[in-house]
Amino acid sequence: MKKVVALLLALAAVMLPAFSGFAAEADEIEALRGTTLYVYNWGEYISDGSDDSLDVIKEFENRYGITVVYDTFDNNETMYSKLKSGGVAYDIVIPSDYMIERMISEDMLEKIDFSNIPNYQYIPEKYRSLSYDPKNEYSVPYTVGMVGLIYNTEMVSEAPTSWNALWDKNYTGGILMFNNPRDAFAIAQSILGMDYNMQSEASWKVAAELLKEQKIVSPTYVSDEVFNMMESGEAAFAPYYAGDFLSMQENNPALALVYPEEGVNFFVDAMCILKGSKNKRAAELFIDYMLDPEIALANAEYICYASPHTGVYNNPEYTYYQNEILYPEEGKFKTQNFLNLKPETLALMSTLWDDVKNHIPNTDSSNYDFFFGDGELGNAEGTVMTPEAWSYVIYIGIFVAICLAYVLFRYARKKYREKV
Amino acid sequence: MSNRSSLGSKLIAAPYIVWAMLFIIAPLIFVVYYSFTNADGNFTLANMAELGKCAPTFLRSIGFGIVATLICLVIAFPLAYIISQKTDKVQRTLVMLVMLPMWMSFLIRTYSWMALLQDTGIINSFITKLGLDPVHMINTPGAVILGMVYNFLPYMIMPIYSVMAKLDYSMVEACQDLGGNRLTVIRKCIIPMSMPGVVSGITMVFVPSVSTFYISQKLGGGSFDLIGDVIERQFQQSYNYNLGAAISLVLMVLILICMAVMNRFTEDEEGMVI
Repeated sequence: MKKVVALLLALAAVMLPAFSGFAAEADEIEALRGTTLYVYNWGEYISDGSDDSLDVIKEFENRYGITVVYDTFDNNETMYSKLKSGGVAYDIVIPSDYMIERMISEDMLEKIDFSNIPNYQYIPEKYRSLSYDPKNEYSVPYTVGMVGLIYNTEMVSEAPTSWNALWDKNYTGGILMFNNPRDAFAIAQSILGMDYNMQSEASWKVAAELLKEQKIVSPTYVSDEVFNMMESGEAAFAPYYAGDFLSMQENNPALALVYPEEGVNFFVDAMCILKGSKNKRAAELFIDYMLDPEIALANAEYICYASPHTGVYNNPEYTYYQNEILYPEEGKFKTQNFLNLKPETLALMSTLWDDVKNHIPNTDSSNYDFFFGDGELGNAEGTVMTPEAWSYVIYIGIFVAICLAYVLFRYARKKYREKV
Repeated sequence: MSNRSSLGSKLIAAPYIVWAMLFIIAPLIFVVYYSFTNADGNFTLANMAELGKCAPTFLRSIGFGIVATLICLVIAFPLAYIISQKTDKVQRTLVMLVMLPMWMSFLIRTYSWMALLQDTGIINSFITKLGLDPVHMINTPGAVILGMVYNFLPYMIMPIYSVMAKLDYSMVEACQDLGGNRLTVIRKCIIPMSMPGVVSGITMVFVPSVSTFYISQKLGGGSFDLIGDVIERQFQQSYNYNLGAAISLVLMVLILICMAVMNRFTEDEEGMVI
């Protein structure tokens, strides 16, 4: 009898801290009821209840009684400038890898207390401690993905194998291109066999030259217009994120995707807590909630991007279970990821990108025919003033001259009349 | 008495003055500050030196702006004249029709032009149905100018119309009495008297056309920049506020010069508007 009591006591002694620990945690979560959490995520990047999906935000609000204010951005740079300019205060933000590295280096992120995120167990070792967060302190992966080359099988007879397809003159006018420098340069760098994160100024210039050359095929620079343009059969080729390809293919089955042999960009978007978060515990609760297998599955189904969550990609009920596009064999082709670039390199990249955008190729099949018909718009290398620019000078000059002549004429007539 | 009324008028104007200080004067000061400093906040002229590179873009924007403004003027002047000749009821309906597209977002309207002009778009599928060759329209300067004209046309029609609606018709009658035919009446009477409306219409179309970025991105396919695109990119993507501010400042100065020139045009007419 004594022994039993002792055993029970011992058991109780062992369990008590555990129970109280649970109780304390439950209390802590209970205490968050009525608070507000500010979340800043990519657009269309969470299951929102449309098409019978689970409304993840609403479910979180119901479960924990925390109000979520949810805003979206459409690229990392916009997100960064908005946070940097102040005036906004978010708790959670979901940037991509290189941006996380940059934000860590600028002390914009808060360390996450992983003991508050038990569901982190579902993230396998290969997605932990990646190069952007080597000590694994600031980020929890949300989605992963790759950039692929999407093409329309009705317009392209042979499946492309190389990024060079985007430079193919046979498809002039039917080629789409990224309208952001980092992704656009990555394609040129893949072709040239360069490192995406290279420092050398000369190499960046070489890549820029290649992008300028692409202008001969009159690429359309797009961001999310790509969906509309590929689905409607407006364009033959477009580089874009593999996850988005799946939603495009649903609307136009003629589309296909390849991972070009030169290598592609592999990216991770991860959840981070911002410095100055006023509700850090709720933010950690939210991250944990997002890693809940059921919630993660709902998000993965909705977003169509690959998930780094073992509870999702090992689940046979998952629509994209062992999908070859989202989860290709490892090591089948080269991948590179973006790292944070030095400020000088970033500045160089944006200057070069400005040059690329303003470059007018030396060709007579140029778009300018529609309006300026004469097709004399060549390009003089090395000078700022292209013949196109000179033609504007001439046009504007003639216009101003006519205006001036008219003013002078009126003035002279007035003087003449006064005399008479 | 006069003191009280001036105090009263000051009080009434106060909200606007505060508004103007906060949202017009202060941002302008920031623009000037940013354009003459570097990222560390030290004084520099490097931003201005870098502007030389943007010269072709500036010229292109101004060129497009002038073309769009002239087309608007050619369309809007006769239209405003015709509207002003109708009865009051018809005038109201026509003016409402001019304003109608503006009830919808400018972004959506530009986006729908994309759907119209695309190679596989509505216009082209109609043309191919008729058995003709499709015309490549999107991603050309022509498409961008079309977008400008479409979006800013009401800003040209409205000021011209409002001046014409209040024209002093005794002048027109006097002109007719003196033996002027219809053409002479328009040339000697209507055009000079509606000049103030024309001038403010030109300003209201030219300024947004030069600085637009959305239209050129969507209808021009991003393959050639207007100055607005460059500015937007400095702020949104490159996080280079200093260069962006410098370009904006120069753009503002250029527009001011254009407006000053415009005003000289009409100085001996009805006087300045704007």
